[in-house]
Amino acid sequence: MSALPRASELGLIACTVCGLVCRNVPGDPRLDGDGVGDDMACPRCGTTLRRRKPNSYVRTWALLIAAFILYIPANVLPIMRTASLNDVDDNTIISGVVELWRAGSPNLAVIVFTASIVVPVLKFLALGTLLVSSQRGSGWARVQRAKLYRLVELIGYWSMLDVFVVALLTALVRFSVLSLVEPLPGVIFFGLTVVLTMLASMSFDPRLIWDGKDTDD
Amino acid sequence: MTDDNPIEQGPPGGELPRPVVKRRRFNASLIWLIPALAALVGLSLVINNWLQAGPQITISFQSAEGLEAGKTPVKYKNVVIGRVNKIHLSGDRSHVLVNVALEKSAEGFASKDTRFWVVRPRIGLGGVSGIDTLLSGAFIGADVGDSNESEDEFQGLETPPAVNHGAPGRSFMLHSDDLGSLDIGSPVYYRRIQVGRVVSYQLDKDGKGVSLQIFVDGPNDKFVTRASRFWNASGVDVSIGANGLKLNTQSLATVLAGGVAFQDPPGPHDSTSAPEDNEYTLFGDQATAMAPPDGTPHYIRMRFEQSVRGLAVDAPVEFLGINIGKVVSVRLDYDEQKQRFPVLVGAVVYPQRLGAAYDKLEAMAKARGENADLSQLMGRLVEHGLRAQARTGNLLTGQLYVALDFIPKTPKVAFDPQAKPLTLPTVPGSFDKLQEQMAEIVDKLNKVPFDSIGRNLDQTLAGLNATLKQVNGETLPAFKDTLHGVQQTMGTANDALAGDSPLQQNLGATLEQVQRMARSLRVLTDYLGGHPESLIRGRRPDAKPADAKPANITPAAIQPAQGSKP
Repeated sequence: MSALPRASELGLIACTVCGLVCRNVPGDPRLDGDGVGDDMACPRCGTTLRRRKPNSYVRTWALLIAAFILYIPANVLPIMRTASLNDVDDNTIISGVVELWRAGSPNLAVIVFTASIVVPVLKFLALGTLLVSSQRGSGWARVQRAKLYRLVELIGYWSMLDVFVVALLTALVRFSVLSLVEPLPGVIFFGLTVVLTMLASMSFDPRLIWDGKDTDD
Repeated sequence: MTDDNPIEQGPPGGELPRPVVKRRRFNASLIWLIPALAALVGLSLVINNWLQAGPQITISFQSAEGLEAGKTPVKYKNVVIGRVNKIHLSGDRSHVLVNVALEKSAEGFASKDTRFWVVRPRIGLGGVSGIDTLLSGAFIGADVGDSNESEDEFQGLETPPAVNHGAPGRSFMLHSDDLGSLDIGSPVYYRRIQVGRVVSYQLDKDGKGVSLQIFVDGPNDKFVTRASRFWNASGVDVSIGANGLKLNTQSLATVLAGGVAFQDPPGPHDSTSAPEDNEYTLFGDQATAMAPPDGTPHYIRMRFEQSVRGLAVDAPVEFLGINIGKVVSVRLDYDEQKQRFPVLVGAVVYPQRLGAAYDKLEAMAKARGENADLSQLMGRLVEHGLRAQARTGNLLTGQLYVALDFIPKTPKVAFDPQAKPLTLPTVPGSFDKLQEQMAEIVDKLNKVPFDSIGRNLDQTLAGLNATLKQVNGETLPAFKDTLHGVQQTMGTANDALAGDSPLQQNLGATLEQVQRMARSLRVLTDYLGGHPESLIRGRRPDAKPADAKPANITPAAIQPAQGSKP
């Protein structure tokens, strides 16, 4: 079964902004179209022309690893201090979830747990899977992988929930002696983690899923 | 689409426009700076954490009341120096072990003499403390010492220490028979100003007393001198004296909570400031405290042959009226030979209370080269008649006291100065002696033969009666006659001596004659004085007064005249 032709195979490259299709000259060492070192520009709108996102693997890996590293202090360090009349409480993400659960709000606990633990971990796993499988040029479940990527893009925004909660509470709960909420360093790490995972998922080029050995259809 | 754009007008199939080659701007490997930076941050966190982590210590408490793992802070001067990590029971479940993570800066607190205690709200007679913990929850207080020896297991105090380490002031030890109403934190007064408090107390090792540690805050600690006397100022001191009823307290708080007061004794004393942890005796009241020191007590024993009803334990022992000790035991003994029940009275005496007398006796004994202890001195005193005697102190209640006194003409007794305990010879008490003497008198009275005396007296009286009769019948009339005679004689004499009696008149005439004679005699002597020759020549006729000049009178002529003067 002969594979459907790809733009690179036809020596073509399209501008992602204005849609101009240019000829990609094969043989030019600088324009060999392997996705590395491409620095062509659209002659019409000046947009950089790339067959694939530049250094997609490296960038995604780097950002993902950085996000993962920062995810550790985000979970270990307390993110929020709630001080009330007779109690000062420093909570990490997990301890906050546990406290919510114990305090009789399991649904809230589940939401926070999902947003702060499940989603980032899922992102790490999903992006890792996508990266590994794409780098190996695997043809396994390409459609599902493409869907997974879109899911990762979608839920990425929601993982900032924790950060918003802390920011909102800090701003709202300011009754000096009676009760007080303060952000603690953990929340910064958590925010950085979320931002980095989003950047990682942005720097991943989903077209890479479809590259590799020609096993599709 | 604009027509003048050559690119757009290019043929769709053949000549597609070439991309513009742009300058390479981005080094792919730079992206690794981000994870490197993240790693650096993470690593710095780890290192920071590792550097900040202080020592882990374990404190044992009786109960973990108010403590909470992960929350309860450890504070020193209200600065958080650590936090409780974990609380668990000890292996034998007798106490709780509290694991505390100290901060790096508080490393010094993991040393040997650091003290930890739980600060909880406390309400006592002395006041209220730890109210803030009602809201903030309990915390562990810490007080660090001087030790450099590191330690990670501590015994937590159940009550906060009364004095923090390094507080200005000094602590002293007091010894007392009992604690009274004192407690940790009880105030220490100097001239009724609170200058310190009781820090701790414990039973002595032998259980025979209580040792109290007090702390006197600076700068008032300098008033504690080596000679200072401490007394228990608890409660109310009521005394009735010559000035009437006197009620004495340090402050209202001491009435309820007790307290200790101190002052220097009157008179000359060592007024140098006392060193740290100097030891003192805690007296029961001010009067006892201010009394001169008793010195070492000596136990003596006395053996009374007669009943000592009214002699109680704590009765005073007096030497010539000076209280030198007290009775500590009164026990009955049995003498098999005499088959009597003597009473053994044990007493504690303080020879120092004799003051200068004891010092002198001691010095004398030393000068003689004798052993100057009490037994030797007693031996000498007993030789001179010192005896113990149970005397009545109070006639109403019949209370006895033991008097040591020199009894004159008392029989000598054997005294063994080596005996333990020292046994002092006794004599019967004054009251007993009186009784004895009374009995003797009665005995003697009994021996008087009143019957025969009566009979004799009767006979005598009968004789007397007869004699009186005789006197009345015979002697009295004769006596009467005699008196009559006397009266007559007296009457005659009276007549003779009366103013108009012939005797008187004769006597007056006679006296006149004598007077006349004396006058003429004087004239004669005057004449003879002027004319001594007249004795021989006779009287010359009266010459003129001018011739009558006694110019040539010879002393030889006068001499016989004088001699022949009548």
